[in-house]
Amino acid sequence: MDLQIALLLGQDGIVTGAIYALLALALVLVFAVTRVIFIPQGEFVAYGALTLAGIQTGQTPGTIWLLLVLGLATLAVDASASLRAGGGRFLRLLAIQLVYPIVIIALLFFAAPRNWPLLLQVLLALAVVVPLGPQLYRLVYQPIAEASVLVLLIASIALHLTLVGLGLLFFGAEGSRTLAFSEAAFDLGALTVSGQSLWVITTSVLLIVALYFFFEKSLYGKALRATAVNRAGARLMGISTTLAGRLTFLLAATIGALSGILIAPLTTIYYDTGFLIGLKGFVGAIIGGLASYPVAAAGAVLVGLLESFSSFWASAFKEVIVFTLIIPVLLWRSLTTHHVEEDE
Amino acid sequence: MKAKMKSLCFALLASVAGSALADLNVGVVVSATGPAASLGIPEKNTIALLPSTIAGEKVNYIVLDDASDTTTAVKNTRKLITEDKVDVIVGSTITPNSLAMIDVVAEAETPMISMAASSRIVDTTNPKVKWVFKTPQNDIQMSTAIVEHMTSHGIKSVAFIGFADAYGEGWFKEFSKIAEARKLSIVANERYNRNDTSVTGQVLKIIATKPDAVLIAGSGTPAALPQKTLKEKGYKGTIYQTHGVANKDFLRVCGKDCEGTLLPAGPVLVAAQLPDGNPIKKVALDYVTRYEAAHGKGSVSTFGAHAWDAGILLQNAVPVALKKAKPGTKEFKVALRDALEGLKNVTVSHGIVNMSPTDHLGFDQRARVMVKVDNGDWKLIQ
Repeated sequence: MDLQIALLLGQDGIVTGAIYALLALALVLVFAVTRVIFIPQGEFVAYGALTLAGIQTGQTPGTIWLLLVLGLATLAVDASASLRAGGGRFLRLLAIQLVYPIVIIALLFFAAPRNWPLLLQVLLALAVVVPLGPQLYRLVYQPIAEASVLVLLIASIALHLTLVGLGLLFFGAEGSRTLAFSEAAFDLGALTVSGQSLWVITTSVLLIVALYFFFEKSLYGKALRATAVNRAGARLMGISTTLAGRLTFLLAATIGALSGILIAPLTTIYYDTGFLIGLKGFVGAIIGGLASYPVAAAGAVLVGLLESFSSFWASAFKEVIVFTLIIPVLLWRSLTTHHVEEDE
Repeated sequence: MKAKMKSLCFALLASVAGSALADLNVGVVVSATGPAASLGIPEKNTIALLPSTIAGEKVNYIVLDDASDTTTAVKNTRKLITEDKVDVIVGSTITPNSLAMIDVVAEAETPMISMAASSRIVDTTNPKVKWVFKTPQNDIQMSTAIVEHMTSHGIKSVAFIGFADAYGEGWFKEFSKIAEARKLSIVANERYNRNDTSVTGQVLKIIATKPDAVLIAGSGTPAALPQKTLKEKGYKGTIYQTHGVANKDFLRVCGKDCEGTLLPAGPVLVAAQLPDGNPIKKVALDYVTRYEAAHGKGSVSTFGAHAWDAGILLQNAVPVALKKAKPGTKEFKVALRDALEGLKNVTVSHGIVNMSPTDHLGFDQRARVMVKVDNGDWKLIQ
């Protein structure tokens, strides 16, 4: 291995690591606020990327029907409670869960034959996929919000399998790629940096900074942090844990879908790609003990680099090497931290 | 009234059961979901296009999905044999599932036609294989075609990158054996996963060994990733793919990076370009027309054609077996097996079949052609 190969591998590792870092952050966030180990995180990656690919090939992606169906289900579940809370509440629910999906579907049918600029396509894809996050929280996790971590994990696995199955139905078995955000390429000595990889890294960094400010400065961010620290305490302070849950899932879905859209021009995305990407983000999150954001992000970049270099040295054992990383990390964590029994 | 209804129901049930017994029941096991779904779905679609009667007998196709999972494939096979009393099993899509099903069909003495590639499925040294036939070409036929093309085009060194699973391993084993015999040196042997988002490491290692050609052993759209990365990193040599990529989605995803790629494939892939004198042309075009009429232009793949070929084998073997016994009986299964083994000069969409007790595939050199990707489409080159 010479320096040039090392640099190329390093570049490759950092780009994939940046995506893993985003997913690791989302996983830590969801776990901290709702105690849910959010296995379906990866599905948002695939849904985001493939919805965009669908829009670009002029098809109407199947995800819009999921949006409508989940909207109707949420409406059915929440209708009576919101009616009791007042007519205004009900109208708002109706607008979000019924009118919004219909508007988006109309927009998609309108947009399909027209080749809209990339930015609009991306926004449209996000508009379809992101609301699925809070909807799924309402329907799957909110009714069992007080259950044990194990029950929540089982619900996550069930949801993951359902979403993968639906993905196969919506997008078919073969993968897709989307158009690159930029075709530009820069020469840095021996290294060629593609415009798309810069987009990935820049967006990841910006998103991480934005999350930092959101949690440090905004009221909602502080409310989420308070819920993460102590659910009962936060509730006593008048913070709605339900709202915190939905907000968290909104963020997680945004991060997931955006990650998918960012990497879709670099690699082929399949209906089931998300799981493995999510799992590697999870390794990163574990390195951060499912609690620390910066350590999780650093861990995820480490996973990316390790993956890149091990694919050069021993490609057949790449996954083994990446997932074995978790063992020394867990050993080290269990030796250095004092475990506190949760009273569940 | 109630009693009348009851007796009516019974009469109805009896007639349904009676007719079901007289019909020919074909149990189909496909991998319509899971990792092999891109192969299994066209096969499932093709089964729906098969004729509903053979030699005047009504045919019931009972299709079960094995989710690309070996245990489910075995379970489905048992269910089809014991509950649905099928006369023959068609399936499964992939090699591990087909291999596992051999024991079940041999025990139940039911003929089986596999749609998976490995030559081990019809290795007639195994006595159980007496009951097993298959329609896809053996990997070894395809790798011979690639090696022949390489040696006749002055290629001396080749790098291999394949799936880190049975498909990649199987290809490497067959390919390296023939390559060694023909003095072709394999300078790199790399693996990647179907779901990998990057193969930069493997590709850099391959490029560092400066091979004349690269063989990518993957199936469907995942095989596009190494090719795109090779082009991106400036590799200029010839790139070969396997017949696993022979569907439109591969061309769609790979785009202009796949121009000039060479691969061996079943003749059905380039049916319209075959010379008119080739008997395969008519059969292959017939399948392509029917499939595209049902699923849209350009939707056809060579994998679905394997299911179609299984149908053709049955249409030729069942009339022979019917002379000896009625469907639904033990004797019929034996007769059907004998009839399948006795098939001679049957033209299917992938070639011409001549079965024998030692060859349960029956293909010769006519079952493969070399194809080049040209202007985003497949082009016959030999």
